Amino acid sequence: MSDVRYTKDHEYVRLDGDVATIGITDHAQSQLGDIVFVELPAIGKSLEQGGEAAVVESVKAASEVYAPLAGEVVEVNGALEGEPAKVNADPLGDGWFLKLKVKDKSQFDALMDEAEYNAFVATLG
Amino acid sequence: MLHTQNRRPQSADHSGRSRPTFTGNRGLDLEEPLLFEIGRAEVTGIDIDEPATTKTRLGSLERTEPIGIPGLSEPEAIRHYVRLSRMNAAIDANTYPLGSCTMKHNPRLNEKMARLPGFGDVHPLQPQSTVQGALALIEALAKNLLDLTNMSAVAMSPKAGAHGELCGMMAIKAAIIARGEEATRRTVLVPDSAHGTNPATAALLGFEVKSVPADADGDVHLDAAKALVGPDVAAIMLTNPNTCGLFERDIVEIARAVHEAGGYFYCDGANFNAIVGKVRPGDLGVDAMHINLHKTFSTPHGGGGPGAGPVVLSERLAPYAPVPFILRDGENLRLVEHTDGTQSFGRMTAFHGQVGMFVRAFAYILSHGADGLRQASEDAVLNANYVRACLADLMSQPFGERPCMHEALFDDAWLKGTGVTTLDFAKAMIDEGYHPMTMYFPLVVHGAMLIEPTESESLASLDLFIATLRDLAMSARCGETERFTGAPYLAPRRRLDETGAARKPVLKWSPPVPIRDAAE
Amino acid sequence: MRYHPLTSEDRADMLARIGVDNIDALFADVPEGKLLREPLPFAPHKSELEVERMLSNMAARNVAASQVPFFVGCGAYKHHVPSAVDHLIQRSEFLTSYTPYQPEIAQGTLQYLFEFQTQVAGLTGMDVANASMYDGSTATAEAVLMAHRITKRRKAVLSGGLHPHYAEVVRTLSQMANDDVVTLAPDVHAREDVVAAIDADTSCVVIQTPDVFGNLRDLSDIADACHAKGVLLIAVFTEAISLGLLKSPGAMGADIVVGEGQSIGNALSFGGPYVGLFATRDKYVRQMPGRLCGLTVDADGRRGFVLTLSTREQHIRREKATSNICTNSGLCCLAFTIHMTLLGETGLEGLARVNHANAVLLADALANVPGVDVLNETFFNEFTIRVRGDAGDVLGKMAECGVLGGVRASRLLPNAGLDDLIIVANTEVNTDYDRAVFVEALRSSLRGGAH
Repeated sequence: MSDVRYTKDHEYVRLDGDVATIGITDHAQSQLGDIVFVELPAIGKSLEQGGEAAVVESVKAASEVYAPLAGEVVEVNGALEGEPAKVNADPLGDGWFLKLKVKDKSQFDALMDEAEYNAFVATLG
Repeated sequence: MLHTQNRRPQSADHSGRSRPTFTGNRGLDLEEPLLFEIGRAEVTGIDIDEPATTKTRLGSLERTEPIGIPGLSEPEAIRHYVRLSRMNAAIDANTYPLGSCTMKHNPRLNEKMARLPGFGDVHPLQPQSTVQGALALIEALAKNLLDLTNMSAVAMSPKAGAHGELCGMMAIKAAIIARGEEATRRTVLVPDSAHGTNPATAALLGFEVKSVPADADGDVHLDAAKALVGPDVAAIMLTNPNTCGLFERDIVEIARAVHEAGGYFYCDGANFNAIVGKVRPGDLGVDAMHINLHKTFSTPHGGGGPGAGPVVLSERLAPYAPVPFILRDGENLRLVEHTDGTQSFGRMTAFHGQVGMFVRAFAYILSHGADGLRQASEDAVLNANYVRACLADLMSQPFGERPCMHEALFDDAWLKGTGVTTLDFAKAMIDEGYHPMTMYFPLVVHGAMLIEPTESESLASLDLFIATLRDLAMSARCGETERFTGAPYLAPRRRLDETGAARKPVLKWSPPVPIRDAAE
Repeated sequence: MRYHPLTSEDRADMLARIGVDNIDALFADVPEGKLLREPLPFAPHKSELEVERMLSNMAARNVAASQVPFFVGCGAYKHHVPSAVDHLIQRSEFLTSYTPYQPEIAQGTLQYLFEFQTQVAGLTGMDVANASMYDGSTATAEAVLMAHRITKRRKAVLSGGLHPHYAEVVRTLSQMANDDVVTLAPDVHAREDVVAAIDADTSCVVIQTPDVFGNLRDLSDIADACHAKGVLLIAVFTEAISLGLLKSPGAMGADIVVGEGQSIGNALSFGGPYVGLFATRDKYVRQMPGRLCGLTVDADGRRGFVLTLSTREQHIRREKATSNICTNSGLCCLAFTIHMTLLGETGLEGLARVNHANAVLLADALANVPGVDVLNETFFNEFTIRVRGDAGDVLGKMAECGVLGGVRASRLLPNAGLDDLIIVANTEVNTDYDRAVFVEALRSSLRGGAH
């Protein structure tokens, strides 16, 4: 069973070995509303922790998606190009954004777990 | 009231409007196909002489493929555009209370003056001896703008407000480069409540944007602003009156703090129409400010342009103004079109700016005169405060009972629990014949509704508008949510699917694919 | 005052309802001593009649293009605009509406924008066009910024045939935005090698055709050379009528096409307002500046139009926007699209042929004038002549004969050794008589020009 962690910017990370799958949380997609476009990074791009990884757009808003961990982009979800609605329908499944080859797994351990994230979201009112 | 309580349409299905017609037309409301569905490539609405028979001098570059653009005869074209026009709201037809956009009356005299052949039919590059009257008009308008602002110079060429903003910030950057501080003064302070153009302009010029919070009264937070100014700050960009429709009470002190730290004060002049003839920005410490002629001096908005955005500059920035500018040699006016031998930072646009708009603005200023200009500002402020006072018991104001300038701001606290949002409320106004107010701007106010009636509204028209908003507000509070959530019911179109438009953008017409080909 | 509906009595009642004694109480937030109380340094308000008299007097001091044989071009052109255009753009619902942010009650504006975008895409041979820019020069500067975003490089190469004022606008913005620009030397004969100026930092090459001297340029080979190096080709035009007769920039491989649309539907107006045209390939649409109108449906399933892809724009993206622009050139763009609709493809091509034929007639006539050389091998409706003596003096003497004979190249390019060049435009408005007068005025100016 892979482990999922969360950030205060509402990204999630699922770690399998040294590959992290990154997307936005269900809370984030519901706040943004209907997603109309996702801009994904180039494969091979090296990202710093907290660096801009992707851009997600709804009709009225555009938000950066930041890399929760440092690493190199090894795969992106090309299906989002034609069907950005997948992010709304299944953010933690088919609506994933990108996969990173992680440099430092301790960065993962420092992120919030599900209970902590839910508690964090509850504080946002 | 326009209709009685018990005869209000409940939904599309209950309104007579839903009765189907063969054509899709509704009485005088006519549907209109796309030009490409009614036009034909071989039809033209203009008779053109046969060209003389000559050899061509086009080399090998003559077009060989058809373009695919249809034409219409003149009667067809007139109908096409007249029908389209009737699907638009317009100031000429009704109150258009769009906050921060200043939808005031557009005098028709100004249109006529701009079309005089001596202004409308003059080329920007014909010999300057043949355009002395046009240069004199630009010079006279420039002087008027300086008198109204108490500033030193004005760059006339910027083509719109945002272009003027870019011009003003370039003048600031040029001054900073001249001081040798380009490497250190890299920060521009912008309040959270600013127009989006402000941070966009600063970022375009390579500045780092830092935001300044507002205080609980809707002003820029004075202490926060003072804490942020320092040797790294190139400028602060403030809108005054600000985007909440309030006069910045600490503006003089903020200007002083920025100047003492060696920075410049850019003022977004979008709301100058509230204070023309009442307050001069130069007296407040402003270094640069654009003036939206299409707002303050009522050159028309034209469905989104063209605007005009001259920029007034302080003495410190005047030397850096862009070319072209006009110099007077005795009786003779002369355009300086090149930067050689000047400190000008360069050029904003191909020619001399929106001269057609200058004629309209100048006619507006002449018509209003000293008394009318001041009266216009006072009436704009009076009308906004009247709307505010008459709605204050039903709709919540984010900054309490403080008088506003030319626009009244409400938030959506009063809609809490009704199931009606600011957007729904605005769309219901459409069914009542009004263009909605500005919504969700400024961003610092939740569910913002920004109402700018302008000085062009009579008391009777304000009273009807207020009564309508009161009726809508009562209706929202009484749980008549259908009136809002499905609105508009009676406009040429119901709410449009913006998500679908953005997910699969269709940005031009394409010929339909024949059924046989599509099936393959 | 005729524009103010409130009466003194209304004002008093309203102040009472607000609960203040006088109007200045509403200006209480103005800092101490900053509220003006003295009269403004302006005359009092004036009647329509008075304003009309004053402005008519000022207008009468200018020579209008329609009053004289008129051959001035270089980025703005005298064309005949059908009466229907000016009538329609003055309809209240077009003239006095705002940007179509409330699509339910702005379908008129939105539909013509959609039609305009389709026309511009067709004319330029591109996939997609925006809802217009301020003018051709600012559209060119925006195209350069867009190329920088796409290529992630920061240097533009400007052809020596690009309108010098356009080049200056690009240089000014680039310098202020810390980007590099290389401007090639003025290229009167269209002989420059732009490809040689490309290096690893180059994002785009900017070439105008017909160029500022009137030469037509084949962009196909340049486009191939650019693309081989990952460089975008930006094609510029200042005479939109030329698109009716010439191979489109898109067909020649341009990646972004920008230009001035004034020639179609819009008056000269001493330099503005005009309408910038901007088109590109589908793959770059999200990097495009300016407003875009898109097709959609309403809640009842009826076809309608909305502004779309607005997350590129400043009011949402703020400091991350593609541009700081927040307007288009609405009414000028409407004038363009109405004139274009009246022309149709047939009319546009016919008009372009008349323009070209008239220019050829004049060029042929000038070939026989001693002391005058026509420099162009190819041209559309504008070409460059070399005269014996100073072009400014020659044009001045022609003006005394009542002929506005063109633009001296040195007005656009001072200190470039081009003092003997005149750029001459000839459109459908010029008659055989105008051309005969032009030739005679030029002849006599040259005869008298020996001092």
